[in-house]
Amino acid sequence: MSTRKTSEPFWWGLFSVGGVVAAFLVPVHLFIHGLAVPLGWIAFPHARMLALVGQPLVKVYLFVLIALPLYHWAHRFRFVLEDLGLHALRAPIAVGCYGSAVAGTVGTLWVLLRL
Amino acid sequence: MAEETITLEVTRYRPREDREPRAQAFTVPYRKDWVVLDALNHIKDRVDGTLTYRWSCRMGVCGSCGMMVNGVPKLTCAAFLRDYLPGPIRVEPLAYFPVIRDLVVDIEDFMGKLRRVMPWIIRRTEQPLTAGEYRQTPAQLEAYKQFSMCINCMLCYAACPVYGLSPLFIGPAAIALGYRYNLDSRDEGYHLRQPILAEAVGVWQCTFVGECSAVCPKGVDPAAAIQRSKVAGAKDWFLSILLPRGGRS
Amino acid sequence: MSAPPAPRPGLYYPKMPATWWLRRPAYLRFMLREVSSVFIAIFLAVLMVQVYRAGQGPEAYAAFLERLASPGWIAFHAVALGFALYHSVTWLKLTAVVQVVRLGEHQVPPRLVAAGAFAFWGILSLAILFAVLLRS
Repeated sequence: MSTRKTSEPFWWGLFSVGGVVAAFLVPVHLFIHGLAVPLGWIAFPHARMLALVGQPLVKVYLFVLIALPLYHWAHRFRFVLEDLGLHALRAPIAVGCYGSAVAGTVGTLWVLLRL
Repeated sequence: MAEETITLEVTRYRPREDREPRAQAFTVPYRKDWVVLDALNHIKDRVDGTLTYRWSCRMGVCGSCGMMVNGVPKLTCAAFLRDYLPGPIRVEPLAYFPVIRDLVVDIEDFMGKLRRVMPWIIRRTEQPLTAGEYRQTPAQLEAYKQFSMCINCMLCYAACPVYGLSPLFIGPAAIALGYRYNLDSRDEGYHLRQPILAEAVGVWQCTFVGECSAVCPKGVDPAAAIQRSKVAGAKDWFLSILLPRGGRS
Repeated sequence: MSAPPAPRPGLYYPKMPATWWLRRPAYLRFMLREVSSVFIAIFLAVLMVQVYRAGQGPEAYAAFLERLASPGWIAFHAVALGFALYHSVTWLKLTAVVQVVRLGEHQVPPRLVAAGAFAFWGILSLAILFAVLLRS
């Protein structure tokens, strides 16, 4: 059985999970944090933000919300670049995209854990 | 009274003489019940006998008359002139395939890929004829039936930009047929077939454009077959990491 | 993996232009769907920075929120919201087709699965929104 010859299933698995998270959670958070709070429709004072992100469960939630869709981005962006004709650079593109997602995961962990 | 006509812009390509295909316009009689294939037959019989294309059954079963009609892969025996009024209608060979002559494309690549996925029932041991047929319940038939409707017309390949970009991709129809046998309750060949579907140039190349399913004249959904094979492939992969000594039978 | 087939003399091999995705509306919709991930990723990076700034103190956090209120960022987030919604709609629709859901021997029609997914998405979004509204 040779299903382990390629690492594609691993990245595709992360892509799928990230896609689900992005589909269910991102629009409402984008509305809240990208539009409603900056425009003053919803107040989100610093004390409340700090109290929220200090809770372990909220940290786990934020990790899922931020880190997993990064793999969704990495997978799709990799194929967008290939689709635009960069087929010869397949290997470096894959390393760059998935590598960025891994870096983003580490960065998210770092930000959340030092709070 | 002048006869109603419609213009077809047909791709012509003469091997070894032309460097690139070019379009040639033909004006043919317009009949409400004519399909593009009828118009091509009219051209070949009455205007230019050198026009080359494939066709056979004229009734959407043989799968040989697939061409690009106004840029969309179609069975020309099912593409009515009346749906393209007032014309002109562009008729081109199936996209992404090498062109042999005029509207005839090279299907060797597809035939090779079809053989690779082993689209037949595989048994560990064949039961003797005296034991009778392998029986199935209606639900077991339903599980794979839509995928067995494929007529190998290759319209799905001509709709698939992934195949155009990376010709090594096994492609929609072959994967759908491989998947069809994986779903068959009489089949025992998953362990032989799935590694081929799940190799790097297999299902993982697919970006789910979805056009393969949109153009299929038989209502097959190759895109779904591919995504489900990805799910199966991912399951196998993670299982093989968790249970390195062969978790599955 | 087999080697690419060697080109045979006499055959014409069509080339794929880098602009192939402009050729058909369905291809363009596909490309927009894929590009939605870029907008989502940028938003999440901004969200990560917002959390980071919150950890730096009230001044840093307020300054960051002020920056997000600039017309440029508001415009970006408005466009990004459009893309995020497009991702959700396409993702849930396609997942419903791919994921076979069975009730006993029968397959639940994909339309019904999609309806369920959309309902869940709506309820979840409202719940998150109300949680934020009620406690602010």
